[in-house]
Amino acid sequence: MIANESYKVYVPCDTTAASVGADRVAGRLIDEAQQRGISLQIVRNGSRGMFWLEPLVEVVTEQGRVAYGPVRPADVASLFEADFLRGGSHALQLGLTSEIPYLKNQERLTFARVGLIDPLSISDYEAYGGFVGLRKAIDMPPNGIVAAVKGSGLRGRGGAAFPTGIKWQTVLDTAADQKYIVCNADEGDSGTFADRMLMEGDPYCLIEGMIIAGLGVGATIGYIYLRSEYPRCWTILNEAIAYARAANFLGENILGSGRHFELEVRLGAGAYICGEETALLESLEGKRGEVRAKPPLPAVSGLFGKPTVVNNVITLASVPIILSCGPEFYHDYGLGRSRGTLTLQLAGNIKYPGLIEKAFGMTLKELLYDYGGGSASGRPIRAVQAGGPLGAYVPAKDFDMPIDYEAFMERGAMVGHGGIVAFDDSVDMLKMARFAMEFCVEESCGKCTPCRIGSVRGVEVIDKIAAGKERSEKVEGFGGLWGTMKDGFLCAMGGMTPFPVVSALKHFPEDFGLGPNE
Amino acid sequence: MSTCSSCACGAGGCGTNKLVDLGTPRGRGTEMISVSVDGVPVSVPAGTSVMRAAAEAGIKIPKLCATDQLQAFGSCRLCVVQIEGRRGYPASCTTPVESGMKIVTQTPRLADLRRNVMELYISDHPLDCLTCTANGNCELQDMAGVVGLREVRYGMAGENHFDAEHAEPIDESNPYFSFEPSKCIVCSRCVRACEEVQGTFALTISGRGFNSKVSASANESFLDSECVSCGACVNVCPTATLSEKSLIEFGQAERSVVTTCAYCGVGCSFHAEIKGQQVVRMVPNKDGGANEGHACVKGRFAWGYATHPDRLRRPMIRKHIEDPWQEVTWDEAFQYAASEIRRIQEKYGRKSVGGITSSRCTNEETWLVQKLIRTAFNNNNVDTCARVCHSPTGYGLKQTLGESAGTQDFLSVEDADVVVVMGANPTEGHPVFASRLKRRLREEAELIVIDPRAIDLVRSPHIEARYHLQLRPGTNVAMINALAHTVVEEGLVDEEFVRNRCEQPAFQEWREFILRPENSPEQVAEITGVSAADIRAAARLYATARNAAVYYGLGVTEHSQGSTTVMGIANLAMATGNIGRRGVGVNPLRGQNNVQGSCDMGSYPHELPGYRSVKDEATRRQFNEFWNTEIDPEPGFRIPHMLNAAVDGIFKGMYIQGEDVAQSDPNTQHVQEAFRNLECLIVQDIFFNETCKFAHVIFPGASFLEKDGTFTNAERRISRIRKVMEPIPGLADWEVTMGFANALGEPMHYNHPSEIMQEIAALTPTFAGVTYEKLDRLGSVQWPCNDENPAGSPVMHVHEFTRGLGKFILTEFVPTKEKVSRKFPLILTTGRILTQYNVGAQTRRTENVAWHHEDRLEIHAEDAAERGISDGDWVHIISRTGETRLRALISDRVKPGIVYTTFHFPESGANVVTTELSDWATNCPEYKVTAVQVRRSSEMTAWQSEFQHFSKEQSELLPGSTPTVPAK
Repeated sequence: MIANESYKVYVPCDTTAASVGADRVAGRLIDEAQQRGISLQIVRNGSRGMFWLEPLVEVVTEQGRVAYGPVRPADVASLFEADFLRGGSHALQLGLTSEIPYLKNQERLTFARVGLIDPLSISDYEAYGGFVGLRKAIDMPPNGIVAAVKGSGLRGRGGAAFPTGIKWQTVLDTAADQKYIVCNADEGDSGTFADRMLMEGDPYCLIEGMIIAGLGVGATIGYIYLRSEYPRCWTILNEAIAYARAANFLGENILGSGRHFELEVRLGAGAYICGEETALLESLEGKRGEVRAKPPLPAVSGLFGKPTVVNNVITLASVPIILSCGPEFYHDYGLGRSRGTLTLQLAGNIKYPGLIEKAFGMTLKELLYDYGGGSASGRPIRAVQAGGPLGAYVPAKDFDMPIDYEAFMERGAMVGHGGIVAFDDSVDMLKMARFAMEFCVEESCGKCTPCRIGSVRGVEVIDKIAAGKERSEKVEGFGGLWGTMKDGFLCAMGGMTPFPVVSALKHFPEDFGLGPNE
Repeated sequence: MSTCSSCACGAGGCGTNKLVDLGTPRGRGTEMISVSVDGVPVSVPAGTSVMRAAAEAGIKIPKLCATDQLQAFGSCRLCVVQIEGRRGYPASCTTPVESGMKIVTQTPRLADLRRNVMELYISDHPLDCLTCTANGNCELQDMAGVVGLREVRYGMAGENHFDAEHAEPIDESNPYFSFEPSKCIVCSRCVRACEEVQGTFALTISGRGFNSKVSASANESFLDSECVSCGACVNVCPTATLSEKSLIEFGQAERSVVTTCAYCGVGCSFHAEIKGQQVVRMVPNKDGGANEGHACVKGRFAWGYATHPDRLRRPMIRKHIEDPWQEVTWDEAFQYAASEIRRIQEKYGRKSVGGITSSRCTNEETWLVQKLIRTAFNNNNVDTCARVCHSPTGYGLKQTLGESAGTQDFLSVEDADVVVVMGANPTEGHPVFASRLKRRLREEAELIVIDPRAIDLVRSPHIEARYHLQLRPGTNVAMINALAHTVVEEGLVDEEFVRNRCEQPAFQEWREFILRPENSPEQVAEITGVSAADIRAAARLYATARNAAVYYGLGVTEHSQGSTTVMGIANLAMATGNIGRRGVGVNPLRGQNNVQGSCDMGSYPHELPGYRSVKDEATRRQFNEFWNTEIDPEPGFRIPHMLNAAVDGIFKGMYIQGEDVAQSDPNTQHVQEAFRNLECLIVQDIFFNETCKFAHVIFPGASFLEKDGTFTNAERRISRIRKVMEPIPGLADWEVTMGFANALGEPMHYNHPSEIMQEIAALTPTFAGVTYEKLDRLGSVQWPCNDENPAGSPVMHVHEFTRGLGKFILTEFVPTKEKVSRKFPLILTTGRILTQYNVGAQTRRTENVAWHHEDRLEIHAEDAAERGISDGDWVHIISRTGETRLRALISDRVKPGIVYTTFHFPESGANVVTTELSDWATNCPEYKVTAVQVRRSSEMTAWQSEFQHFSKEQSELLPGSTPTVPAK
């Protein structure tokens, strides 16, 4: 081994990787290299999204990046022994990262750079196609930008799936002295992490998307509303914003275009409801996180009463590639009214949890078995909860349904933010339904009555069913409680509150002490 | 307009018969939108909610969180409807109408939803309706009935906020209302009222979900919180959660009468809810032009003084003030008073007697008192308390604009883009107007505060003044001149307005005058202590606004150059074209409920009613004919002249109606000396006040609840007060003056105050169109009300000034003679506090003392430290005139060199230290500038010892020795 030769090793800085020891592994690598007199360049990249392999250490070789994982600090010495810096073989060696089927079979558009680059390196970002979209957008009229987003078929990835271009058009068409772009980074759905991975692994992608949105609708100020539980995102985003400002991608007269855009990260305070866009705006204004009645839509009267684009992280991060590669390119992925790619997040009782970005249309079965490898326990998967804590439970018999907004909706389910949480056949669905209702009790903002009181009564009703005290009306719930909650709610969260319990009752009546026909 | 026809009040809209609540505020759009509600076509302005459109079509949609006094909120979900072509069940309160909308308010599914939501509500609400305070007036109860709730299938044993285990204790800390959390349905109406209506932001919802609860400040008791006890929350609460304690005590009222508050010059309209002779509560009137449903802690709650044991109940006489009082019949009192006046006039001459009309009494009563003085006393020795407050307003605005009154209605502020508040503290002194102002400031208007003290408006929730010109007391004229200088010098004059509307020679002369270097901000900065840059910036902001309005108070008038400042403000408004439309104007915030009226009614020694000179023969002739008298063509004495003449021994008899001169006028020792020289002082008042201690005849007065009449507020609005109980002393004040006049041999015969109004209208051009019938019909009118303006005039000087062309008047700054020196290095200035009213005769006899039970001396920490004064220490305040004692309050509201106090308690003796300097034109006292020294001392001052001694002596002379000052 030649002493002055320098090696480049990637160790994720991602929160998930860190939670299983990536920081300690990085430290060990440095110590070990020093002891051995080896010059080592460690790049803290984003995660590749294969969580069972984290910490996933990659080494740059002539053949490409060779992966080792999951690497524990204790494995580090043996890696050096195995000459891993040149891709040497080792029990943890996984071959070329890009050839790992889980990754290779994905269609990564939004996440194209995540895990590949140094998240804070603008040159890395630009080397992999970054800021191409922005440079194009600068030369386009606002209407052209909005038209491109419309043409791509992009829909809101936060859960509501509202066509992004139409929302932008409304903001563009509403005259005001000030408009805002607000990024909803209050990622609170159970089993979801796509926003965080993107922000930690490729923050400029989000920043670029927000600047383009600003150019498109005429907004000059952007806010990223970040949940406080994401401290690494906070640090990375703030650093990225500072670098982007220094490089004149942000601030006055962006890239000499005469256009301005300022961006700031604001922290939430731990309320799930602040992921609902109007509650988010209230919180951003410094008020109690309580939902607003619509209309007016935020696009007309949003932050501080001004026209505001409120989009999820993934929605905004999908914009750069739409601009750089064109709306048709993006639109060619997917099917029906679900165009482009979806970043699915696989969690729960699953063998290979992680992030899978694929064009719409894959079935749940492919996702759960081809990617997920079935349950972690080895037992059959009985149900998944899709679209967060208020999403419906989808039974195994529906696993052949394609992942597509409309197909899900037809069966009373939600794609939502793309979170899929798997349960094996040992799950008690009554308990799950109760848990979901308890979540609503915990997270209701308290503004509207069906949610504030209804969710508490919902838990009590489920408890009565569990105790065998109630039978007659259990399916409909007391006095049509579930229906009242669904139809009487003020906000989107409220309206979804009964979904888990209704779907559990429908698909798993036996867990509620009912026969299949009751 | 909500109306009812069940009672005799005439104005409609009674509290006992529930008011129609249209659910959401009026739509602000101009375009009319047509929709159909349950097949009924209705047209409403754009921006109107579906709920309100339905209400206007006569269709009621169930609701709990909505009220037309607040913006739609959409939380209760009872008001859901179905709209053709729309999915789901939108809330009608938050859904604006769209053209052609077809709305259905009743379907089986809607009924189901509403019943189910109601069931949820009731599953967390106690079922003690029969014993509940709100029984008979509970919207929750009503809605349960409307939706047909028949059972609560969840049972009442689940999680809740009402059973013994969960209920939070009732908050009884506020003296006037209680907060019972277990009855709360978390509709947020109270929170929203505190924000939207009052603008205090004292309430919030804390916690979330099922734990959401109304919280005063950060979970404090209501009394300890920022709550100002305006009652807006109590007003909108749909349940018993926030209830007046009086309602809890007495139960629902049996009838309701529309009347007008008798405190400040805002003149709020109220429904007095009555049971027999007992007031149950005062509820602000949504249709009241001045207040539109809002109120403050005084008008809303502090009316208990009306039945206080201290009330004077029987007429009394005595020969000397050292004699014990003798209770007599009304007739004996009239005869004695009349014989004394006649005796004095015979001995000392016709002009040796005079009187003061009351700005607290009605127009009709004031009219009679000045008529009595002009006819029976046969001189013009009549004045009113405006002498000591807004006489410079009367003079200054008459000279420049031609009319002695403010130019706008309160509503006008909704169109103001820049507001100047000068020498006024609206959140304390005129709270209901302040709420309106604050709402506009929260929307978008900019604020300039010109005041030596950092009043609340300078910085309060969601409000911040762009400029606070914190000038030295006594430098108002210099400041106004510097603002005007900037306007002229920087070419910001509205030349077209000035050319078309103002006298040219006067303007040219003024332009030259104002451009003089001594009026430049740079030179004035030295005098005022405010930087030239700030003065210039404020001037630009004012002059370049679309609509800019000035609101001012006693901080402008109570100076040796009070009239000059008023004229300076008028000059500034004319120069910038800010007169004659909504959103602009010169607006004096007048102090007393009827000070405008008492001035209008001729309570001036030089003017007959309608501000017409006594020297004018034609006017005199009109009165002489009508009254069959011969009015003295010579002006009479002003108050200070009367007092001086009394000290000189040539003025010997006075009839004072409802004014506590001994406490409220400057240089107390001088006032007392004057009173001791009188041979007959007749005082008509509801309490044995400071002035009564020097009196020989007491005519016990009637409160505003005990008589009929009218008040005229600061916006020239004439409103009815209506009798809701019999006068405690047996006669209303107008009847007393009548009896006194008759005893004097000058017959007066009126059967009802409406007959007096007929006389007023016949003799006063600005009141020509005013009748009780019209007031009953329209609620109120703003004068001028005559043939040209039969419904009154909200905004004045629209096409031309009352005097024709506006007149610029030169306003040279002349510093006051009251100067700081080594011996008196500090300047004392005075002001008010929200919960106490003026000399406090009424509010000190209410629970308002819970908030303010003593006057304190605000002093800056630097000045305090220099003198070894700590917060709460007793300090002596020594002026060239006198010395008194207060407790210190270290405060950064005042700058070093300035001290400040309120004057609500007689023992504070604020006027012991004030000087006899006064406005050059009107003799309005210079209360706002007194050079003083302050030193730490816990000893009582000589004056205070004497005051205590004299008070004790006087109280022992009362029949039954009723205590006169409440124990604290």
